[in-house]
Amino acid sequence: MRGYLVKRVLQGILLIVAVSMLVFSLLYMMPGNPVDMIVDRKVSVEKKAEIAHEMGYDLPLTEQYVRWVKGIVVDHNFGNSTRYKVPVLDLLKDRIPRSLVLCGWSLLIEMLIALPIGLLCAIKKNSFFDRFTVVFTLILTAMPAFWLGALLILAFGVWLKVLPISGYKGVEYLVLPVFALVSASIAGTIRLTKSEVLEVLNEKYVTTAVAKGLPRRTVMVKHVLRNALIIVTVQVFMSIPWLISGAVVIEKIFDIPGMGGLLLNSIIVQDFPVVQAVLMIVAALTVVCNLVSDVVIGILDPRIRISMGGGDK
Amino acid sequence: MKETLLSLEHLSIDYKVKGGYLSAVNDVNMDIREGEIFAVVGESGCGKSTVAHSIMRLLSGGNAKISGSIRFGGRELTACPEKEMEAIRGREIGMIFQNPLDSLNPVYTVGAQVSEAIMLDRVEKQEAMKRAIRLFQDVKMPDAEERAASFPHELSGGMRQRVMIAMMLSRDPRLLIADEPTTALDVTIEAQILEIIKELKETHNTAILLITHNFGLVAEAADKIAVMYAGEVVESGDVFEIFEAPMHPYTRLLMQALPRSTKREGRLQTIDGSVPRILDKKPGCRFANRCPCAEERCRNETPEETAVSETHRCRCFLVPPGQPSGRKGT
Repeated sequence: MRGYLVKRVLQGILLIVAVSMLVFSLLYMMPGNPVDMIVDRKVSVEKKAEIAHEMGYDLPLTEQYVRWVKGIVVDHNFGNSTRYKVPVLDLLKDRIPRSLVLCGWSLLIEMLIALPIGLLCAIKKNSFFDRFTVVFTLILTAMPAFWLGALLILAFGVWLKVLPISGYKGVEYLVLPVFALVSASIAGTIRLTKSEVLEVLNEKYVTTAVAKGLPRRTVMVKHVLRNALIIVTVQVFMSIPWLISGAVVIEKIFDIPGMGGLLLNSIIVQDFPVVQAVLMIVAALTVVCNLVSDVVIGILDPRIRISMGGGDK
Repeated sequence: MKETLLSLEHLSIDYKVKGGYLSAVNDVNMDIREGEIFAVVGESGCGKSTVAHSIMRLLSGGNAKISGSIRFGGRELTACPEKEMEAIRGREIGMIFQNPLDSLNPVYTVGAQVSEAIMLDRVEKQEAMKRAIRLFQDVKMPDAEERAASFPHELSGGMRQRVMIAMMLSRDPRLLIADEPTTALDVTIEAQILEIIKELKETHNTAILLITHNFGLVAEAADKIAVMYAGEVVESGDVFEIFEAPMHPYTRLLMQALPRSTKREGRLQTIDGSVPRILDKKPGCRFANRCPCAEERCRNETPEETAVSETHRCRCFLVPPGQPSGRKGT
């Protein structure tokens, strides 16, 4: 297990390095120039060159990359935002927790709703409840989160006036964004849970569990759901990075000052250091989620635990 | 004479399929007494597993239609509410299955799976585990204590089947249904498993319903035998009587098809054709299309089960009722 983990961590680090190169060079391949975005059009070409020199944008790309990496590794500094003129980390310090709180709640609520519904749908397959859920989740999937977000603002914020529509000053500000995020991804989780449970229901060991005299409830929870959860858990961890990218748009719509809004704005104004930092954080998060999901399946499924150890015992 | 434990009377099971009802089991009668090994033999698809599963009410899906009666220890199981069935399963009737790998849950240790059954009788967790280990020793599992902490995939096929047997013995049922218990195992393991089953009958007076397609197994262990073909019992009775003098053409052909070490010459005998799928019952013997002795009558009329002797019944027109079992041989 330990050897396996070390291998996975090393792979993760390599992946992050590769992502950093891509992120860095992609931005420079984009049309436009960061200097143009921070100065007025009337500024002379010489003056622009001077500013570019000051910010280090005239150096060869490789050198810029090395300087950037050195800044992160040695000084724990992602550079200064070209727009806000403050260190990127200061900008992110308050925003990262807000985004994580939003995503965390969405994930938790999604699981609490999706797992029981998925299980019920599988047990009562082809019942009215099952059919209704299938159709309803299909509708939810078809609705883009940003559109649903706008509808929610209209309904609860403008017409009913029961919930705040934008900003972030307390827990009530999270209700609508969490609702929008959960609606966007819950259908997949319900369907996955259902199909996994259906598959496990056909397994012979479920028959064995019934044959030895266990009550139906115990069979469902201890033998069916327990096995179905292996795949569902993996899927949930893998979906966290997606959730975060979905949150980018939702944050923008509900004007929550999180990472997402900052990322979008920074891309528009070509605030390179900020974009790079946010993308790196998302990449790191993806790698960590993958790693955690590997460990979690190892715990849930003894067959995988053994192959991780590399031995037969 | 020992008391009848399980009795099937006119048991028929039909599956609803596209275009009608598929007759999987038709008019099956069996009596299994305490401490007796009753073997059900037949080709794949002859309905023997369906019979076994129907006793435990384990037929999946709502599309199986059961008629007739399944009486167990004075209770009618076909009319039993689900709650009562839960109390009967494992406690009164145990069942082991064909493939011991699929039949164990991969995420729990085998010890935990056996003690889970024991704990149903309100036994403390630790005590249950102790009993499970003792059961593992009873089924001749080496290093029982260590093995109890293993997961199913860490054990060999034979070991897993021992676990299954231990699990189903754990609550000391009066009847054990063994659905092709050795089919997935190799011959040496088969012999050991068979030994365990026979011992069980001796020590616990457990009745055993042995479902198999292996005549060798039957000859080795069984007291009674029922030969099934296309959902019907074609011949049943005392195992010696039937081995000595099989009456039904199908039983005879089956026995000729056995590989025998004494007859080295020639190719193995086979029965031409395959078991028909019976969609919607029609008159006529179900074996008529493959039967070498079939007459006109066999195709148009349905033979009834008749007693050849007190301990021998056969479903064929060509076997006259009441005839004392002859010494015709095969």
